Amino acid sequence: MPAAKVLTPEMIDAIKAYFPRYPSRQAVTLPALHIVNDKLRYVPRQAVIEIAELLGLAPAQVQDTLTFYGYFKQDQPHGRCRLWVCRSISCALRGADELLDHLSHTLGVSPGATTPDGRVTLEYAECLGACEHAPCMLADNLLVKSVSPQQADQFVKALP
Amino acid sequence: MKNRCVPLRCTHPTKMPEYQPVLLAQVGKAESHTLRAYEQAGGYQALKKSLKEKTPKEVTEIVKASGLRGRGGAGFPTGLKWTFLPQNHPGPIYFCLNADESEPGTFNNRVLMEEDPHQVIEGLILSCYATNATTAYFYMRAEYPLAWQRMQRAVDECYAAGYLGKNILGSPYSLDIFLHRGAGAYICGEETGLIESLEGKRAWPRIKPPFPAVEGAFRKPTVVNNVETVACVRHIMDRGADWFKSIGVPPDPANPRDAGSYGPKLYCISGHINKPGCYEAPLGLTVTELIDRFGGGVWKNRKAKAAIPGGISMGLLTADEFHCPLDFNGPGKFGCLGLGTAAVVVMDEQTSMVDFLLNSCRFFSHESCGQCTPCREGTSWATKMMLRIKAGRGRLKDLDLLAEIGDTIGIMPGTTICGLADGAAWPIKNCIKKFRPELEAHIKRTNPSGWGETKAVPAMELVGIH
Repeated sequence: MPAAKVLTPEMIDAIKAYFPRYPSRQAVTLPALHIVNDKLRYVPRQAVIEIAELLGLAPAQVQDTLTFYGYFKQDQPHGRCRLWVCRSISCALRGADELLDHLSHTLGVSPGATTPDGRVTLEYAECLGACEHAPCMLADNLLVKSVSPQQADQFVKALP
Repeated sequence: MKNRCVPLRCTHPTKMPEYQPVLLAQVGKAESHTLRAYEQAGGYQALKKSLKEKTPKEVTEIVKASGLRGRGGAGFPTGLKWTFLPQNHPGPIYFCLNADESEPGTFNNRVLMEEDPHQVIEGLILSCYATNATTAYFYMRAEYPLAWQRMQRAVDECYAAGYLGKNILGSPYSLDIFLHRGAGAYICGEETGLIESLEGKRAWPRIKPPFPAVEGAFRKPTVVNNVETVACVRHIMDRGADWFKSIGVPPDPANPRDAGSYGPKLYCISGHINKPGCYEAPLGLTVTELIDRFGGGVWKNRKAKAAIPGGISMGLLTADEFHCPLDFNGPGKFGCLGLGTAAVVVMDEQTSMVDFLLNSCRFFSHESCGQCTPCREGTSWATKMMLRIKAGRGRLKDLDLLAEIGDTIGIMPGTTICGLADGAAWPIKNCIKKFRPELEAHIKRTNPSGWGETKAVPAMELVGIH
């Protein structure tokens, strides 16, 4: 029995809209992965197969690219909020490792894992490029600036 | 508002006259990211004038004459890079804008894209016009959601206003700009890694030659430039090459390979500093000047111990070396790799150099793309050793092993394809050379019974690190 399709017609249309931008279909790989990831919060292997079909590639080619980047999860969707805690030097000098440890402790998950209620996936990040606001975190599209462990707790508590 | 710019008042008027910011002139003003605000401040006048009065070749010549060098880290002369494109090529020629800024400590491109995106676009259009590129890929890292929104909006505004698309402003020149989103990999900032990533592959840097100007994206001639570089192009076309050359530092006569360090530069300062931020000053500012005049001094009334001169891959300056000028020629004189991105990270006297070096090694082993064995294995090995030293099981021999890794990975010893490994090596080399007594003292203090051991020991696991 063929596996149930994962890509919706909307996703397929959004992916196809990228075709005219590039002289090769393979160049649409990252945009396609982002489109699926933005909707599903992960890119299951079935989606890789379907993206490959759309782009005229072998699934292994898409999988190869996907796994190179640390960005796309494959086993299960990340939490409703993906919380990246910067750990590079400017943030580390202002307590980033302690902040990550603290959040790991209060959320009860290691970096990379999702809380059992599915609210938060905690991640470490290499330089978020907001060093003037160190230590900082990126909560999906929101940059949380100069955050203390207490402020981080409050922020996490207020998440839906 | 931390990113405000402060006019530089200099105590050596002949060396560095009072300087009014150009690149950051609009930053901090209301609605600075909109087309309306940008046009009111004189935006797109340089484009209008150049499209009407200058040929692409003339634009290239002006940029070449300005002495502009790339702001992304390597400092290659921009106009010269453009002339490496084949002449009379039937096309297409591609332009890739490198907005994958990921060097630890660096955020100047983010400030430009968030606060003044049209300045970046105008510079990009002018650069594409000069290079006869009709498609530009704007490769932006995934970690910049606000910059992405602002740039996308700015691009949309430009299409609506006729600054992009077919026959820009009624001229025969047409250009499309497409935003392309990265997925969290430092190596995509290396220009051929960026191209591979753009093509939908893993971002493994290419062996050069051929250089991208000959064979780049989609096997066509390609220019890759940094965001700040094209922003400079906008002002060069607005104010002229002579204006640009009147700012900064002329070539060192003692160094025939120095092409000079002209123009304004966006300096980032962060770490243990009172006023971290992005500030604009002429190239050639010293670390001390940056810390005292712009950064408000070291935090908590402490003394500085060291600083990264231009992003972590450039190495380390000790506090005694803060008279180092931050121009393309300066940090190299102090044993650093170069100016890099001119992002200074200050460390106070209480900072442990073991912590610094562990952080640096961890970053590079995480970001090594894995293509070249010396880099992949060397950076991980260095991290494992630093973890062991941090855990109190270091041996003095480890410092020699670390130094050996530092000396053997990278383009300079000729063992890797790209410069990531050189960037990984430099903090190791500088730290061991400049802070060896401290590292030795840490090892002896934390491992009193085993610091003299030289036999092989089990490696630390990198679980939780990668």
